[in-house]
Formats: sequence, C-alpha cells, structure tokens
Amino acid sequence: MIGGLFIYNHKGEVLISRVYRDDIGRNAVDAFRVNVIHARQQVRSPVTNIARTSFFHVKRSNIWLAAVTKQNVNAAMVFEFLYKMCDVMTAYFSKISEENIKNNFVLIYELLDEILDFGYPQNSESGALKTFITQQGIKSQHHSKDEQSQITSQVTGQIGWRREGIKYRRNELFLDVLESVNLLMSPQGQVLSAHVSGRVVMKSYLSGMPECKFGMNDKIVIDKQQGKGATSDDSAKSGKQSIAIDDCTFHQCVRLSKFDSERSISFIPPDGDYELMRYRTTKDIILPFRVIPLVREVGRTKLEVKVVIKSNFKASLLAQKIEVRIPTPLNTSGVQVICMKGKAKYKASDNAIVWKIKRMAGMKESQISAEIELLPTNEKKKWTRPPISMNFEVPFAPSGLKVRYLKVFESKLNYSDHDVIKWVRYIGRSGIYETRC
Amino acid sequence: MPAVSKGDGMRGLAVFISDIRNCKSKEAEIKRINKELANIRSKFKGDKALDGYSKKKYVCKLLFIFLLGHDIDFGHMEAVNLLSSNKYTEKQIGYLFISVLVNSNSELIRLINNAIKNDLSSRNPTFMCLALHCIANVGSREMAEAFAGEIPRILVAGDTMDSVKQSAALCLLRLYKASPDLVLMGEWTSRVVHLLNDQHMGVVTAAISLITCLSQKNPDEFKTCVSLAVSRLSRIVSSASTDLQDYTYYFVPAPWLSCKLLRLLQCYPPPEDGAVKGRLVECLETILNKAQEPPKSKKVQHSNAKNAILFEAISLIIHYDSEPNLLVRACNQLGQFLQHRETNLRYLALESMCTLASSEFSHEAVKTHIETVINALKTERDVSVRQRAADLLYAMCDRSNAKQIVAEMLSYLETADYSIREEMVLKVAILAEKYAVDYSWYVDTILNLIRIAGDYVSEEVWYRVIQIVINRDDVQGYAAKTVFEALQAPACHENMVKVGGYILGEFGNLIAGDPRSSPLVQFNLLHSKFHLCSVPTRALLLSAYIKFINLFPETKATIQEVLRSDSQIRNSDVELQQRAVEYLKLSSIASTDVLATVLEEMPPFPERESSILAKLKKKKGPGVVPVSELEDGKREGGELNGGGDRGPDSAMSASNASTPSPSADLLGLRSAAPVSAAAPSAGSLLVDVFSESGAGGPAAAVNDDGFLRFVCKNNGVLFENQLLQIGIKSEYRQNLGRMYLFYGNKTSVQFASFSTTVSYPGELQSQLNVQTKPVEPLVEGGAQVQQVLNIECITDFSEAPQLNIKFRYGGALQNITLKLPVTINKFFQPTEMAATDFFQRWKQLSQPQQEAQKIFKANHGMDTEVLKAKLLGLGTALLENVDPNPENYVCAGVVQTKSQQVGVLLRLEPNAQAQPGVQMYRLTLRSSKDTVSKRLCDLLAEQF
Repeated sequence: MIGGLFIYNHKGEVLISRVYRDDIGRNAVDAFRVNVIHARQQVRSPVTNIARTSFFHVKRSNIWLAAVTKQNVNAAMVFEFLYKMCDVMTAYFSKISEENIKNNFVLIYELLDEILDFGYPQNSESGALKTFITQQGIKSQHHSKDEQSQITSQVTGQIGWRREGIKYRRNELFLDVLESVNLLMSPQGQVLSAHVSGRVVMKSYLSGMPECKFGMNDKIVIDKQQGKGATSDDSAKSGKQSIAIDDCTFHQCVRLSKFDSERSISFIPPDGDYELMRYRTTKDIILPFRVIPLVREVGRTKLEVKVVIKSNFKASLLAQKIEVRIPTPLNTSGVQVICMKGKAKYKASDNAIVWKIKRMAGMKESQISAEIELLPTNEKKKWTRPPISMNFEVPFAPSGLKVRYLKVFESKLNYSDHDVIKWVRYIGRSGIYETRC
Repeated sequence: MPAVSKGDGMRGLAVFISDIRNCKSKEAEIKRINKELANIRSKFKGDKALDGYSKKKYVCKLLFIFLLGHDIDFGHMEAVNLLSSNKYTEKQIGYLFISVLVNSNSELIRLINNAIKNDLSSRNPTFMCLALHCIANVGSREMAEAFAGEIPRILVAGDTMDSVKQSAALCLLRLYKASPDLVLMGEWTSRVVHLLNDQHMGVVTAAISLITCLSQKNPDEFKTCVSLAVSRLSRIVSSASTDLQDYTYYFVPAPWLSCKLLRLLQCYPPPEDGAVKGRLVECLETILNKAQEPPKSKKVQHSNAKNAILFEAISLIIHYDSEPNLLVRACNQLGQFLQHRETNLRYLALESMCTLASSEFSHEAVKTHIETVINALKTERDVSVRQRAADLLYAMCDRSNAKQIVAEMLSYLETADYSIREEMVLKVAILAEKYAVDYSWYVDTILNLIRIAGDYVSEEVWYRVIQIVINRDDVQGYAAKTVFEALQAPACHENMVKVGGYILGEFGNLIAGDPRSSPLVQFNLLHSKFHLCSVPTRALLLSAYIKFINLFPETKATIQEVLRSDSQIRNSDVELQQRAVEYLKLSSIASTDVLATVLEEMPPFPERESSILAKLKKKKGPGVVPVSELEDGKREGGELNGGGDRGPDSAMSASNASTPSPSADLLGLRSAAPVSAAAPSAGSLLVDVFSESGAGGPAAAVNDDGFLRFVCKNNGVLFENQLLQIGIKSEYRQNLGRMYLFYGNKTSVQFASFSTTVSYPGELQSQLNVQTKPVEPLVEGGAQVQQVLNIECITDFSEAPQLNIKFRYGGALQNITLKLPVTINKFFQPTEMAATDFFQRWKQLSQPQQEAQKIFKANHGMDTEVLKAKLLGLGTALLENVDPNPENYVCAGVVQTKSQQVGVLLRLEPNAQAQPGVQMYRLTLRSSKDTVSKRLCDLLAEQF
C-alpha cells in the first residue's frame, strides 16, 4: 500500500509531505528529488525504483505528485488514486499550481487524511468530500447531531456518492461525450494504428434519489434488439450505426451486475460533476482530418515542404482550434511559409512550423508550403523526419457513438422523465494524431 | 571570461546566460536553447558577413550551450575563422572553442593546424602562447604528429621570449606524455638541458618538469643535467630569501624549483665528480641546517614550503644511501617531526623513516626513536598515521628489540582498527618467527595473537606455527602444554582449536604424564569444542582423534564411541562422515603396528620461504615496506626454522602419501589428486577395506597415460571419472580400422544433449580419415551407448585425433576432450622373415634419416614375457633367433596406408646392468620413411 505521498514544485522543493507508514523515511523525499526531478537524463517512466522503494509520479504543469511505497502494490491502483487526487484538488481550488497548493496546504492535509487511511485509498468522491471537508470554517454548534449522523451514514452506507434530500427547482442533466482520437498514418495514407478513447461526463442537478438509465448504440445491445424481431431494413440501418466497444470502465455508481446480465447502464447519479464511463474503440473510426505531406530535399541546404489537410466530415459541421505542427531539421537556419488559410509561423524553440486555423468546415481542404533553408553541418547526421502532428476539435464523436436515451425515474418525488431538461453534447478532440512524412 | 576591454562586454551572452539560469524547468531551458540555436544558425547562414565581435559572441554562446550538455554540430568554421583574427579576445575564444570541441574532422583539422602554425611562427608572444596552450589542451596524437617537430625548435631558439619558452616546455611535456613515440630526441635535447641555466626562473621550472620526465625514459641522454642541477640548487639554497624577488614564497627561495631539482637528482646515482658531489652534500647540509633555524614566519605556507624541500632532500639522501652523516642527520630531523603538532608532518616523518630504517647507516639511528613510534601507535588519532607507525615498527625491528616491538604490537592489536588488523597480525607473525631466539616465546606470541585477533589470523599464520612446531623438537612439549592451557579458556577462537587439535594430535603424548592433562582430559577438552566448529575444523579434529587412538590406546573405546555416534557416522557432510567411517574401521581392524605406521608422527617440513611473507607482500603491493630487505635478513638467520607453503592439512596427506603408507586416502580424502594417484600404488591390506569409498576415480588429466596405454593394446577402458566411463574396442586390417566406443553413464541421472565430435589437430585432416556415426542424444542413468568409428589411414601420421564429448549432467554442461588411441603402429602388418633377409634389409635402410634410435631408462621391469607381449601387441612380427644376442628383440612389419606401404624393422636391446639399479634400453628403428621411424620410436620409447 502507499507508504507516503509528496508534492514537489518544479525546483524539487517539498510542498506537501504526508507519510502513512513507518517504512518510508524522510530520505525518500530526497531520493526522488535527486533521482527523478533533478536527474541528468529526463526520467520518462512514471514508476521509478530507488533502493527498493517505488516512486509513482504524475506531473501537473510544474507540480510533481509522487506516491511512495516499499511494498509490491498495484501500480494501476496507485495511479488511479493519484489522478483522483488531482481531480479532488481541482474540484476544491481549480488549478493545481504551486501557489494554490501553498495557499491550501491545510486543506490538502485534511483531504489526504480523509482519502488515504494507512495507505489504503478511501472514498475520494469530491461531492461526498465536500459535505464534510469545507473550505470555510465550520461552526460546530450549527451542526446538529442529525446532520452529522447523516454524513456518517451516507459516507459509510451503500450509496456513498449521493446524499439524500437534494432538491432542485429545475431538474437538469448535462451529458458530454468527450473523445480523443489517436492516429498514426504512413506517408502514403495507410492507417498504421488508430483508436479512440472516450469519456462520458455528466453533470446532474436532480432532486431526490433518481434512478437513471443510459443507452447508446452499443453493437451488442443493438444486435440483441434485432434478434427480437426488427425488420431487415431496420437492422441494416441500425447495424451501420452501432459501434463495437473494445473495453470500458464505469463510475462506481453504475450497477455492474445489471450491465453484465443485460448490458444496460443504470445508476443513481452523484450530484454535480462526474465521469460516468470511459471506453475505447478501434474499429470503424471516423478520421476527421487527413494530412498529405510532401517533403522534397533540394540540395544539401534546402528543404521544400508542402502539406495538404482535408477535412473529412459533414460539410455542415465546423472543426475548431486546428493546429498542424511540422517538425523542422535541427540545422534549420531560415524558413519561409505560405499558407492559404490561417496563420503559420516557424517556432524555433520547438524546432517546428506551427500552422493554426481557427475554423474549418467539413469536406474542405487547405494547404501550406514552406521553404526551409539549412546550415551545412559537419556531422552527416541524417534527419530522422519526425511525424507531422495535428490538433483539432470537432463537434461529433469520431468513434460513432450516439446517445440513444437517458431516462430518469424518481418514484418518490413527483417529477417524471419528461420534466428533466437534458443536454447532450459531442466533442471529438485529437489525441496523438500523427502522419509520417 | 577574462578581463575584457571596453565595449567587449558581450551583453547578448550575459542576457542569454541569465535567461537560462532563470528557466523554471528543463523543458523551458531546452526551448530557450533551441531558440538561441536557431538564431545563431540564421546569423551564421546570413548573407552579410559577421564582424569579429558578433562571431565571437555567438561562438561563446555555442560553447556555453555545449557545456550545458547539448550537442553542437555547427559553428566550427566560425571558430576557426576567429583563430585568424588579430584581436586577442577573439583569438582566445576561438582557441577555447577548438580546445573544447575539437573533433577529428579532416577538413577542419587542416585549417586549425594551419592557424596554429601561423601563430607559432608569428612574432607575437601572446599568440604563440595561445597556440601552444591549444596544442597542449588538445594533446591528441594528431596534434603531436603535426607539431612535435616544431615545438622543440621554439623551446631552444635563442630569440624566443621567456613566457613562450615556458609554455613550449610544458606543451612538449604534455605531448611527450600523451604519445612518447612521436617526440623524437635530437640535437635539441642537449640544449634543453642548458635551459637549467636560464635567467628566468619560470623557464627553469617548466624545463625541469620536462627534463625529469624525459630523463626517466632515457637517462643517459640527460646525464649532463646533474651537474647543472646541482649548481642551480646550490645557488638557490645559498641565496638569501630576498635575492629571488618574485620567486620567494613566504621567505623560502623558489621552493617549487628546489623540490623539482631534488626530484630530478633522484633519477640519477650520486655524482661521480668529487667537486659536484661536495657541492651537493653542502647543499643538502644547508637544507638540513635551515630546518633547524627558527621559522621566519608563523604562516603555515612558510613551514609547508620549507618542509617540502626538506622532505625532498631527505628522500634524495635516502636514494643515495651513501652518506652516513647525512642519513643520521636526516633521521634526527625526522625524529623531531615525529612529535610535531602537524599530523601530516608526523605521517611523512614516519613514512620517510620507514625507508631510512632499511639503510644500514641509519638503522641504528632510527631505532633510537622506538619509544616515540610506539607512543604514536598508541595515541595517534589518525588511522593512516597509526598504520605508518606500525610499518615503521616493523621496519626497525631487529633481534635486539624484537621482543619489545612484538609485545607492543600485540598489545596494540587489541584496540587496533579493523582495517589494519590482518596486516598487523601478519607482521607480528613474521617478526615473531624471524627474530625468535627462544621458541617458547614464539609459540606464546602466536597463541596470543590467535587469542587476541583470531578472526584476522589467516590460514598461513597457523600453518606456519604448526610447521615450526613440527620442525623443532625442543618446542613441541612446550607447545602442547601451552595449547592445552589456551584451550581451557571457555571461549576460544576456531583457529586456536585448529592449532590445538593438530598439536595435541601430534604431541599430546608429551604432556600426558601430568594427571591434569591426561589423555582423556585432553580428548574431552578437544571434543568440548567440536560442536562449535566449522566443517574443516571438525575434519581436522577427527584426524586428531584417530591420532589419539594411536598415541593413547586407553582412549580407544571412548573415541570409537564418539566416532560411532550418529552425529559422526551419519553426518550429512560427506567428508566428515567418510572420515568417521574410515577412522572407525581403521581403529577396529588394523593392528597396533599398522596403526602406528599409518599414524606416525608428521615428518619435518622442507625448508622454504615463509608463506606469510608472501602473503604480506601480496597484501601491500610492491615498494611500500622494504620487504625484500627483510627477506634478506631472514636468509641471514636462515637456520632458524623450516618452511613450507603447504598447509599442514594438505601437507599431512601429501607427506603420508610419499611414505608408502596405506593411509594415504585417510587424511586428505577427496581433497586432492595425489590421494587417488597414491592409492593404487599403495596396494596393501587397507585399500581393500576402503575400496568401495576410496576409489574416487582418476581425474580427466590422466588421459595422456590412457592414450599411451593403448599403443600396444586394442581394448580397454580409455577414460573414467565419476560420471562417465568410456570403453574402447578396436580392430585393424591393412589401412582400415574400426573402433567401438562404449559410453557408460555411471550416474543414475540421464545425460542430455550427449554428443561427440572428432577433431584433427595439425595436418592430421589430410592424413587420417575418421567417420563417426552420431550417438543418441540421451543417455539414461546406468545405461551404455555404443558408437562406431571407421578409420582409414591415408598416409603416415604422428598426431592423434581428438574426441570431444559434450553432455549435460544435472544442468551443468560437461565437456571432455580425449586423445583417441589411433597410432601409426595400428596399421602394421606383421612380416615373418629369416635372419639373413632381416640383416639384408637392415643394411638397405642404412641412410641416417631412415634410422631412429633412442636410449632410455626402463620404466617397468624387464620381464621377458611382458616385453614379448608388448612387441606383439604393437602389431609387428617378433622374429626369434635372428639377433645373435638372445637378450635382444627383433621385429619386422609393414605399415599399411592408402598411399603407400612402409616397411619397418625394429631392434630392442635391453641392458639390465647399465648402471647399478638402472635398467636401460636401446631402441633402433629403420624404415623406408623417416617420419615413420621417428614417430614409432617416440611411441615405443614410452612403453618399456
């Protein structure tokens, strides 16, 4: 189990240090600083073993979070915890920065006491935590015994993520499908690897203890329904729309037994923000953009690059925040860029040409051409030609996922499914979206 | 940055560096550097030429980036351009960049060398210095190749500035150290020596470093420097402290130069010229005198400089080792330092004294400081100083003070640092042995040693005690008594038990008369320690017990009881179990006479160099303590005692094996090869008793014997070890042969991946053809597999084919290589012929190369029948009644090969009374081919 948890700033100074077990000493703090933060070679592995002690770290901007243990723990668990910890901190004081951490160090220690007990992770649901760890002072006389026992029963009870007696005038529900699409493509346009990792994020403002049911175009569910006697015409249509999910994980509120037996996603939602599920697909991915590179070496001191991007989705939709990054050789001495659309610039600090387009509709194409002047070098080190990468945001799900329904049942209170206002949004972003050149 | 003139501040560089230092993370730093690199690239690429200032600035930035650990692969050209600038700062940055970032790029190297050459030939001394510094800093082979000829010229040229000469001398030194083969001696060498007379002290200091280095390699060429150095030294030493203005350091005139001069003189023997020598002695005396003067300054630098010269002078005195007066004075001076406040000084004094102690002139003088040194050993706080004190005590020890020193070292040992204990123990052991007049004192000392520092007493030390006790009759009784007393301590070290067990086992009878140490008491005492000891010690104790049975028959019952107990006879350790079983059997079966012979007292060890001394030498490395001198001392007193490298345990078995005693395999069971080698030859009653366990089997090394055994024999066991037995059966007809090999697995475990290959050493490939059929890769436990080899002799041969066997036994890969017993004589066809025919042919083959003759001693008895059988086994026909002398044997045969047939005639003449007790043979072979005669002669000479 986790023996201790440290937070460092970019210089390696310790901001937060919490030790849960005796086998972790203060020297572990220094060991991590010396061997990872100040390492001569950048440490890329998130797990580092130093003197039989394992350090698991994540980095948020300039802040290092490191969990330390001497035991053989489940690394996935530790990272899950660290991410949760980041979520919790974000929920309390938005951005994780050195200043925020310093300003909230009492709160952080309080949180650490609550979410880790002797190194074992506890309830880290920010909604639940917020009921009893507040940023304001608590006037204890105002807290009735009732209220306290309610917190206790909720936190220790079966539905730890939601307290009873929540009331809203307007019952509202927001559902975001956030996907990031990853691609590696050969210069000839052959897909070498592609996958989508997606999340369904919800924000619910519902009264009482509602029971929700979420349905999407999961292939298995659709196929099952077809078997029940849909017409052949229907099946062809819906078969096209259904998607095959490779793997998925759910928020703890989802009843897994029901998912296993009926593959239906039903749950009592937490109040506020939460991530309902995470999934990954690899088949039938809609690639929103196609990058066509053309690199020509003109002599030893000149390089001509032409890149065409084609948007490959419905013309009515608009992609946003498009950025193409074309790496330049290390001996670049000058760059001239011409582009039809957007703005392009040679960024010397990144050794790349960055081309930015604010908006682009579907079924369009655009082009950039650049002339790169090179300085002759002594060493005949061949330029490895790193791939051209791309960033964008599109208003649909590249995996093809569709929300079919989201039903809310609340038997005790007098509102029905129709009274709930529901908002659904799809956002597809680029993950690592690269094309070799 | 060096002091820069106005407007040379390079603001851009300062800003860049401060930017980098302000970067919050590594990524930010890399980004900043990338940006800067792109900027520099665009500047270097730019069409308009850069001025010197910006070029310098960018090269500086590149250098800084490189020093931060990033790769720089451009800008070399710009740096080289800077070299040809006329501004000092620009040139300097250029050279700096080149020195740091030089790589063997042919194009650039040429340009760089060109620039350096220009600077070297310029008249500007600063430029010349810069160039020389660059050469020295790079110091590569290429540089040496290009400039090794040029620099000596600059060094000895009359018009070169002093500062340049200085640089040139050091530069040449560097090149010489890097690649001595490229710096050629020449006429400049004699002129370099004269630099010692240079006006400029800096030049002399630089030159002397060079000369010292050069003269170490070729002393003869620089012989003249001695007198020059002496005169220089005397000038410095006799000068007042104010004479050498700039070179006076805290009132000491030119201390560095003096030290270097003294060190240079240490490369040569004392000068032969009387005048020079007198002057040098005078100098040394002056230095010693000066040391006595009150210090002119209280600053530590003053005394450091003074002492540096003094110590260098003392090492020169020690090096000469010919001036008793000086040696004694040096010794007295060091004696003063022994009590100095400064730890370093005490250390150095002890170290120098160590070498002084080895000189015959100063040995006595050193001895007078014994009290101080002993005091230092006890009270010194620094362990390295204590170590030196111990070294010195060791070095100054002789017969007169040995007892005192050994006693002091022993008492110190109780509190000594762990790091030096083992060395101390060795030293005490050596001194005690070397200067022992009274051996009871020696025994006491060593036993004390084991008591005090048992863990640090190495095997050699206690082996040595036992060797000495065994070799000296007069001390045995005393040793037994002392050991007995020492063993009575409730807790004693295992080494003590070993010594005790051994000595009581040998000489327990000498003290058995006393009722307090009656045999049974002795045995019980030893046995009380038995259970606390490790396996080797227990084994030794078991041997001691069986010796007890011999010495004191009254203890037999008790000891047999002990041996019979389950903890011995069923011990899980094979060695112990075997000893217990065998000793038990021996004691119950053998008669007292046999027992007495088997368990005779150990014979004296042969005299040899002490193994402890060897161990100490190994530990210390050469030249730390004058061990060689000590050794000489030991030879002088050589009658003292015997030696022997072997530990008594192995010595015990070996010596017993050499006496024809059947107990050979008792004491060193399984431990060494001689045991098994001796066992068969000892063939007496006891071998039968132990035959089932005693036959460990001959090791692989005996294969050569096996090979020779098969010269006159076709069938038998070729090889055998614990795992594998290889039997052989072969038949030959004309030039063809067939050999059956039987591989027997002697274990119960199967051999995996069993494979055999035949290889042909030398030219054999073309002479012999062996075809093998592959064997099954798996050989089950206890099973035997057969392999057939078809052999064809193409022409005559002398080597034997080799058989390589590989298999896996319990995971370990076994690899055995054997010579296959295929020899030329196997292809003999016997030829019967009458006496007349024989002699006719004999005469036909009369050319000298056709005959091969050998006279050799008989290895086996001259039994007629055996000889006849051997000659027949050889494959030839034994011709009766041919030779006029009936004692002689005559044979004839034809060697059949594919290419030719070679007739061979053989004559063997035994001479039973060649010399008293020695039987000789003369073997003569004649054949139509000289190689065949020769090979056959060699083969047969081993057989009789």
